[in-house]
Amino acid sequence: MTTSVVPAPRRESAPHLRVEELRVHFTTADGVVRAVDDLSFAVDQGRTLGIVGESGSGKSVTSLAVLGLHDRRRTRISGRIFLGGRELVGLPEEELRRLRGRDIAMIFQDPLSALHPYYTVGRQIAEAYRVHHPRAAKREARQRAVDMLGRVGIPQPGRRFDQYPHEFSGGMRQRAMIAMALVNDPDLLIADEPTTALDVTVQAQILDLLADLQAEFHSAIILISHDLGVVSQVADDVLVMYGGRAVERGSVEQVLRRPQHPYTWGLLSSVPSLHGDADADLVPIAGNPPSLINLPAGCAFHPRCRYADRNGDRCRTQAPELRQVVERGHLVACHLPEAERRRIYRDEISQVGVAR
Amino acid sequence: MLRFIVRRLLVAAATLVVISLVTFGLFFAVPSSPAKVMCGKSCTAEDIAQVEARLGIDQPLPRQYTDFVRGVFVGRTYGEGDFARRCPAPCLGYSFRNNQPVTEIIAQRLPVTASIVAGGAVLWLLLGVSLGMVSALWRGTVFDRAAIGVTLAGASMQVYFFGLILLYVLVYATGLLPFPSYTPLTENPLRWAAGLLLPWMTLGFLNSALYARLSRAQMLETLSEDFVRTARAKGLSPRQVHLRHALRAAITPIVTIAGLDIGTSLGGTFITESIFGLQGLGKATVEAVQFLNLPLVMATVLLAAVFIVVANIVVDVLYAVIDPRVRLN
Repeated sequence: MTTSVVPAPRRESAPHLRVEELRVHFTTADGVVRAVDDLSFAVDQGRTLGIVGESGSGKSVTSLAVLGLHDRRRTRISGRIFLGGRELVGLPEEELRRLRGRDIAMIFQDPLSALHPYYTVGRQIAEAYRVHHPRAAKREARQRAVDMLGRVGIPQPGRRFDQYPHEFSGGMRQRAMIAMALVNDPDLLIADEPTTALDVTVQAQILDLLADLQAEFHSAIILISHDLGVVSQVADDVLVMYGGRAVERGSVEQVLRRPQHPYTWGLLSSVPSLHGDADADLVPIAGNPPSLINLPAGCAFHPRCRYADRNGDRCRTQAPELRQVVERGHLVACHLPEAERRRIYRDEISQVGVAR
Repeated sequence: MLRFIVRRLLVAAATLVVISLVTFGLFFAVPSSPAKVMCGKSCTAEDIAQVEARLGIDQPLPRQYTDFVRGVFVGRTYGEGDFARRCPAPCLGYSFRNNQPVTEIIAQRLPVTASIVAGGAVLWLLLGVSLGMVSALWRGTVFDRAAIGVTLAGASMQVYFFGLILLYVLVYATGLLPFPSYTPLTENPLRWAAGLLLPWMTLGFLNSALYARLSRAQMLETLSEDFVRTARAKGLSPRQVHLRHALRAAITPIVTIAGLDIGTSLGGTFITESIFGLQGLGKATVEAVQFLNLPLVMATVLLAAVFIVVANIVVDVLYAVIDPRVRLN
């Protein structure tokens, strides 16, 4: 990679991104949508945080809030978002704009609709470079874009530069999208379901590519996915969201191997495992995700939770807080006593042969 | 790209042949003889036969058509001896009523209509598209509501109503503008523009209503597209996002409608021409129908068809220029 631009000095203060008590509320005709409520997490440089949850759990809303991409007229954001020590909430739009694409970049789910159909792939990448390097000559931007296309494993990058998105295959398009996101060497990369629209074999290539690039650029990555397999493959830490709140947080080992929240168990049991019993039925989570306008009282998950009755009325009336369990760094928001959660997982859940 | 255009042109040529056949059939195969109409009530059968011979309609129909087509390419002569009328190529017929080839009549009338349409189209596109875009970007604001209200009023008004109001206010009551008149552009551009300002404003305002609504809807739809979100996520300024990314995609359907509108209008803007007393193609067509001036009717119908077919090709080519996905297939 030709680095004509000196990368910004890395601040030593870990973590790189810190989100504290983030709330994102939308005002709609039907009422206030509490898309994200009291969410806190952090990502270090060179680490990957996986955010998992069903549709409408607030994953994408969180990432768009970090980028400041919500419509300011209809969105209320409170809490704090620190990027490399700098507070982003309340920053003027113009300053946020200068961060976007340079310090924080985003990869979207469907590269076909996320790329402009009327412009060549190369032009769109070069454009992303030139926004933040206004003095760069056209030729320099082109060279940079071609280099990036080559770096993400697109053969004949010089020729591909002049092609349109519809002339790329799905996997190549997502590579181009990654090239565009990385063209300014961002410290934070948010990948929103980057592999969902791709074939399984291509998925693995894209995930490998992301891991390679992270090792090279040492950026922090937030990987949003509903696919636990993907998350277990690339993430260091995992955040499980439900109804706009964090229900479990910890390292991949902790959350996926020793999960303690009934919702996480539900997610794991819904995934078929190659190693498990082929005859064992998948156990889907009953019911549907809650309405974010009218969340259930108490624990938002209680209407779908098999264990909600074990605590008397508590699950229905009192919202559980995210608390540290015995193991350090592992947080769970559940009223069940920890001993009982561990027992249920050991005796009832892990037996079914959940995803590894 | 070249193959694309050539193919479109071939299709267009075939379309025109079919249209000419149909109009030819309709007007020259009708039971009431055009010769009888032209000659009047006092004519004898002999007189009628003479007129028919002069028009060439004593021939069998296929022959008449080939004569007509040959006339388009090499010109033809109607009648013989003292009555001979030369109609040079491209000859679309000879109007004995006006005693001149219809192409001459068209050459006088078309520039008037074309001028009305050209100025009007510039106004309605500029006004309509910019109003619609700004409305979409300022969705829900007072400006948006006002623009929607005004365009609704515009969309529901008629040319003869709005035109007369403008005429009264700007010409009779205040004298701000001269009564519309046509001066060729080549003669005096200023007087050309001044004389046509009123019809331009009328057409511009009324048609802009449709375009404002269309572009507002298109823009709103495009603004919610993923690629617009990508553009914002890259850190582009709002102006770059809106103009380079959103507008570029939103403009495509507007190009189609505009092309067809302009093509249709070129065939004649009868009401506008009538209100403002301009001798355009629309007026010529309606008069020709009134007086059963069949050669002129046929020529204007054919011409209107040509405009629409050509507009279609232009739209197709523009589409290919705008959208790279069209170029391939």
